[in-house]
Amino acid sequence: MKANFFAAALAATIILVAGPVTAVELRIGMQEEPDALDPDQGGTYAGRVVFAALFEKLIDIDRNLNFVPQLARAWSWSSDKLALTLELRRGVKFHDGSPFNAAAVKFNIERSKTLPASRRKAEFSLITSVDIVDEWTARLNLSRPFAPLVATLADRAGMMVSPKAASAGDGAAFARSPVGTGPFRFIERIAQQRIVVGKFAPYWNPAAIKIDKVIYLMTPDAAVRLAILRSGGIDIMQRVAPTDLKQVRDDPKLRLLSTVGLGFSALSINVGHGARSNTPLGANAKVRRALELAIDRDIINKVVYDGGYLAGNQPVAPASPYYIKSLPIRGGDPRAARALLREAGFDRLPFKLMVANTTGDRQVAQVIQAMVKDAGFDVGLEALEETTAVNNWIAGNYDVFLFNWSGRADPDGNIFPFFSCKGHQNNGKYCDRKVERLLTKARAVGEHGARYRLYEQAAEIYMAALPHITLYHANWFWGVTRRLSGFTPYPDGIIRLGGVTLN
Amino acid sequence: MLNYILQRIAISIPTLFLVTVIVFSLQQLLPGDAAVALAGEEQDPEVIAFIRQKYHLDRPFPVQYYYWIRGVLTGDLGVSLRTQEPVTALIAAKLPVTLELAALAMLISLFIGIPAGIASAIRKGSGWDYAANFTALAGLSIPNFWLGILLILLVSVQLGWLPAAGYVSPLEDPIENLRHMIMPALVLGTGLAAAMMRHTRGAMLSIIRQDYVRTARAKGLRERVVVVTHMLRNALIPIITIAALQFGELIAGAVLTEQVFTIPGFGKLIVDAVFNRDYAVVQGVVLCTAAGYILVNLMADVGYFLANPKLRP
Repeated sequence: MKANFFAAALAATIILVAGPVTAVELRIGMQEEPDALDPDQGGTYAGRVVFAALFEKLIDIDRNLNFVPQLARAWSWSSDKLALTLELRRGVKFHDGSPFNAAAVKFNIERSKTLPASRRKAEFSLITSVDIVDEWTARLNLSRPFAPLVATLADRAGMMVSPKAASAGDGAAFARSPVGTGPFRFIERIAQQRIVVGKFAPYWNPAAIKIDKVIYLMTPDAAVRLAILRSGGIDIMQRVAPTDLKQVRDDPKLRLLSTVGLGFSALSINVGHGARSNTPLGANAKVRRALELAIDRDIINKVVYDGGYLAGNQPVAPASPYYIKSLPIRGGDPRAARALLREAGFDRLPFKLMVANTTGDRQVAQVIQAMVKDAGFDVGLEALEETTAVNNWIAGNYDVFLFNWSGRADPDGNIFPFFSCKGHQNNGKYCDRKVERLLTKARAVGEHGARYRLYEQAAEIYMAALPHITLYHANWFWGVTRRLSGFTPYPDGIIRLGGVTLN
Repeated sequence: MLNYILQRIAISIPTLFLVTVIVFSLQQLLPGDAAVALAGEEQDPEVIAFIRQKYHLDRPFPVQYYYWIRGVLTGDLGVSLRTQEPVTALIAAKLPVTLELAALAMLISLFIGIPAGIASAIRKGSGWDYAANFTALAGLSIPNFWLGILLILLVSVQLGWLPAAGYVSPLEDPIENLRHMIMPALVLGTGLAAAMMRHTRGAMLSIIRQDYVRTARAKGLRERVVVVTHMLRNALIPIITIAALQFGELIAGAVLTEQVFTIPGFGKLIVDAVFNRDYAVVQGVVLCTAAGYILVNLMADVGYFLANPKLRP
């Protein structure tokens, strides 16, 4: 009796001293708010960040942009490259308890192709059917070979939603109450304020998840977001402005994490879209090369971004295995630019540079305006509200437009939309049949070496024609509290929560 | 009085209708294609075409308006084109936040502005008057967003006294709610208090030399009774007018303050909706704000009648 009482007293003392088990809550400050919380309907980058908690993909990428298993344990192409067979992970459940299996994969891909509001239709346009080989094996059949399909399955299009939940209502209802297989399940969303997700206990890899709850807080202003981080209101800050990097580095309570991103910023030149392409800049590649020579990318990076970004000359970032090392970065030579412009028959050349009225883009445009003047270019700036600027770009109502692309893991996602004659980001309507053949062929080739050579040949042509002048690649910067550990920066900028914890 | 109120409500219906027509028309003048704004980075032509067709963006403006007003008359303000959330749910979520911020800011405006204005008028030409005028000028001149960011840096980052930004519902945690609302309410309220002080001072100065005030003092009434019962009561009409205008503006949403402090109110909602060309949200919020303005003005009129019985209908 005395021993029992003693044991109970000891246990109670230990519990009191140790304290209650507190839930670990991670707060992430987001720059923009996601739109629909449905991988098929979502169109924002912010959505992809939140999706990483809620939904898993068939395939993921690692830090070096290699494709790694997630819901698919393994995959293989048929010999004719017209079928991709996926071996699925077993024992995975959706948040509503329904099983993940080949039938779920079939449902998801068909939903992506047929849901009226789906934004993933183009990505799966070459998939003709999905076969359920057995409960754990699905086969995707294609109308023609398409190597980027693996990358497609490593992004939103490859995210699996619960067939039970997605069939219950329409797409709008699902977007308000999403159900996936991710390590966290949806708890609540208050528009423009927060999105809250909680640990999904039956997740198939529980050891990797050390956080109980994640709160995504919408904090659009970068200065305020940093102040909130410094005051302890959030644990991770997305998108630290390059001009604030020193503040984060100097704060003993914070750490700065970064990686080179997949995207790029470039000048799109109207070379073939409507009346405004009938300019010397639009018609003459020599004039465009003179413009490139007049631009010093390092100065833009230093002046506008405090040296925090990476000067670049091609749409594929250095992090990618398809970055063409043989193409030199030209520029920063106003004398050579002036000579080339004169050779093209012009002493001075005016044109309008259209830019979205955001701080960074406007400053870049102002720096370009100043630096190309010596070379003979008289640049008039047209700063417009972003949607208006994009509309003008799509309509061909521009001379030159400074735009930003968030980037994709596969080079096809960074090149084809902009340089293919049919690419729907090719708003300047550049069209070279040889480039078209090379890019189309590269889509059908899986082997890295052969694909690299095709992209290299295409790059030699479009980099000479210069319908785009790539300026830089934006790096990703996160400010985090020193209490945070296990966070690994990825080139796509997505916050992956596996292994992340707060001490 | 009741008849008057009912008449005003009846007149407000065509006013609201006119407001919706004007806002709807103005949205059509916005440059840029809403479907492109909503279609995302990929600009898939098929997605753009679907958005146009689903939300009737390819139909003529009167047809689009008809679809919308038909929904309004059945209590359906449509859904956010961006997030698929019902507009009524968005308004129901944001309105209490905006009303709370507005109420707190108004309290600060009234409790600082009116006494400061009275004291400044009674002690005209004194050091107190100059100090109050200087403070009012500073309050009117300092931009809200600048003051807000300074307060965050000082109070939250340096001193750690209050959270930097965000919002907690009073139903969740009333103390945390107040801690999150103090700074934004102060930022808004001090600017309003400055204007309130100036108008109160002006109204009091116009009354201070009136015969009835001299008579009240000659009768030996205490100064406090003279100021409150005789002077302030007669100065209330312009004060009520200013308060009503200020409150109406606050209902529309203090955009910059909400942006700085990440308060999920009307101001932020409508600015984001305009930039995203989320027409349904813009129209729903404007309709709600217009109704709020009309209600506040009606309350101001009732306030006039209470302050001055001669004005009663």
